[in-house]
Amino acid sequence: MTATTHSQTNALLDYPAPRATGCPFDPAPALLDKLVHDRLIRVRLSDGTTPWLVTRFDDQRSLLADRRVSADVTRPGYPVPGHGDRGDSMISFILMDDPEHNRLRRMVTAPFTVRRMKQMRPTVQRIVDDQIDLLLAGPNPADLVEGFALPVPSLVICELLGVPYEDHAFFQQNSNQIVRVSSDPSVPRSALARLFGYLDDLVGRMLDDPGDGVLSGLAERVKAGDLTRAEAAQTGVLLLVAGHETTANMIALSTLALFEHPDQLAIVRGSDDPTLINSAVEELLRYLSITQLGRRRVAAEDIEFAGRVIKAGEGIIFPNEIANRDPDAFAEPDRLDLTRDARTHLAFGFGAHQCLGQPLARLELEVALTALNRRIPTLRPAVPLDKINFKHDNEVYGVYELPVTW
Amino acid sequence: MHVIIDQDRCLSSGQCVVSAPDVFDQREEDGVVTLIRDDPAEGSVDAVRHAALVCPGRAITVEE
Repeated sequence: MTATTHSQTNALLDYPAPRATGCPFDPAPALLDKLVHDRLIRVRLSDGTTPWLVTRFDDQRSLLADRRVSADVTRPGYPVPGHGDRGDSMISFILMDDPEHNRLRRMVTAPFTVRRMKQMRPTVQRIVDDQIDLLLAGPNPADLVEGFALPVPSLVICELLGVPYEDHAFFQQNSNQIVRVSSDPSVPRSALARLFGYLDDLVGRMLDDPGDGVLSGLAERVKAGDLTRAEAAQTGVLLLVAGHETTANMIALSTLALFEHPDQLAIVRGSDDPTLINSAVEELLRYLSITQLGRRRVAAEDIEFAGRVIKAGEGIIFPNEIANRDPDAFAEPDRLDLTRDARTHLAFGFGAHQCLGQPLARLELEVALTALNRRIPTLRPAVPLDKINFKHDNEVYGVYELPVTW
Repeated sequence: MHVIIDQDRCLSSGQCVVSAPDVFDQREEDGVVTLIRDDPAEGSVDAVRHAALVCPGRAITVEE
């Protein structure tokens, strides 16, 4: 390495970059600053590698939808910030390219259609109402994460998959270890292995004794020879983890963000208009963009971009939370405005790997936030903002606890 | 306006159906997009443009 390259390397921004103290809803200032000045930068990860990072909304959209940009985690150069190798046997389709990705994804898309979500709404409503009953019957103040935000999506995904909710302590703990950034890569890897074993066992039982739900459908595919049992179990792990980690964090963080923006909270509490709550959910998704560490890809061939060449085998990171604050895409992007049209946001990613469960996430957020505000209109934080612990060390941002009173 | 869909590129996100339910539908078995009509009514053209914009698979082409 020459002296010049060395000094350039030292000047690189370390990724991930920290959020500013006192601004828990805003992305890292160092990255927001790059958004203004650079479309494409190099960053340095903890393992010393220096992948590219794409800042702007339009650029993230075009590259995430570009077939030359690969999501294949086994390709050399794939950027793995904050994590070690998870083990090849544990790879679900979110870390594969087409045609394998699409083949596996389409086996689990049927339950997430708009029509099926409409049929699912009464179930989600019942689960939300029951949890609010339990919350109100329990101690006051209470932790909204433990008492509402986490059980709601857990119960919903269990019902959808056909996983027994009695096992929730087991899979919640292991999911937590998977999304938590650990200096010891064996922690997430072992958690993944335990969940894989659990889902593999469930799929195995459903081969003989089919029930309702997505897992049973996957077991049928295994019997038909369309899918291996390992692929079915991997898909089950993905849906179970993704199905409650993300939504749980969105429910709690959205509630807190509304507490901190009383004018916006008043809009939600004062409205019966379903289109308003739809719009509010889209804006909260944009503003909070809870998936941290960026979407990660690797160039499968040389890509000319922004006057440079991203070479085949070089990693590319797409922090969607930065694109969602791009002023060219959203006016006054740092303002939470529930009445704006935020529907183009990239909180679910973009391209072939955009979130599979997004219709379910939207449904749960609509029902949960509406019911919370309607049934507990006096709901408010029980501690000041500076006493709240935020999940800086997780792939999915949120709060560890949210003490509330009413 | 004339709408063309590419089912191979579709990711079943369903955002087109949410945006323009009189133009787009989804297959029961895998949520892949189907067309109810390829010539949207005047009142739906904005919704169809939006559907094409947010489609994560770039599976919707609009000819104006």
